Amino acid sequence: MSGFRSAVVTFPGSNCDRDMAVALEKVSGSAPFRVWHGDAELPERLDFIALPGGFSYGDYLRSGAMAARSPIMRAVIEAAGRGVPVLGVCNGFQVLTEAGLLPGALMRNAGIRFVCREVPLIVENSQSLFTSGYDRGQRIVVPVAHHDGNYFADAATLDRLEGEGRVAFRYAEEVNGSARAIAGVLNDTGNVLGMMPHPERAIEPAHGGTDGRALFESAVKGLVGA
Amino acid sequence: MKVRVHVSLKNGVLDPQGRAIQHSLEGLGFSGVSDVRAGRLIELEVDDSVTDQALDEMCRKLLANMVIENYRVERVAA
Repeated sequence: MSGFRSAVVTFPGSNCDRDMAVALEKVSGSAPFRVWHGDAELPERLDFIALPGGFSYGDYLRSGAMAARSPIMRAVIEAAGRGVPVLGVCNGFQVLTEAGLLPGALMRNAGIRFVCREVPLIVENSQSLFTSGYDRGQRIVVPVAHHDGNYFADAATLDRLEGEGRVAFRYAEEVNGSARAIAGVLNDTGNVLGMMPHPERAIEPAHGGTDGRALFESAVKGLVGA
Repeated sequence: MKVRVHVSLKNGVLDPQGRAIQHSLEGLGFSGVSDVRAGRLIELEVDDSVTDQALDEMCRKLLANMVIENYRVERVAA
């Protein structure tokens, strides 16, 4: 399945960018472009943009806050506005909320501690570009590794997200205190997904699980079929 | 001129760090502390030409996350 044009953005302090690039290459057959935070432009005709996990800018000020204002994010926001699929995982999710591409904020875990383990998730929306490879209500297991994964939004926003089917994944057990156990949310046009769990860390048996693979397969299939 | 920006969590936003601090105070034997909210103080050194409006914009665009935080700008006489 050659010709899938994706990009992985690396910020200073990103540490899951390589895993993300490997996952995209393994699933799509094409190596992604690697883009640096200080770049002003993205490669042309992208099919997919990934913001990886890590601790961009040392989590200074707030997790994702500095990265969200870096030069490359202007291009990412513009691409998202044109409908290019954007996936933000972990710190990438924090960057997406800080950049205003997704509602809400990710706060310190309710239990204060860094949480690093596999967690069960429920797929709440299997109609999206990123989740069409799953069944609604399916239980999957994907690792998390974060300190600031406690999703917060006001009640009206949460109601709207739920009403519009924009909760992509929910934790099937208590993990970090997230409002309504939300683990991943979509934007209003469905082309931006942010999630705390790491699907790129669960794409082959050697990882201990392959439940993350369908997310990348969904995106690749959706775009090749389009 | 020095400007202090006080950033605090909005009412109703749970503050796990504040709660942990409160527990630690209790552990140290201090009683009567019913709540702790942790915020952030950011000090800026700015030219006199920097307007209140510009400071406001700095807060909204970067220094505070308006989803969860409030801010207060205080100009401090040199």
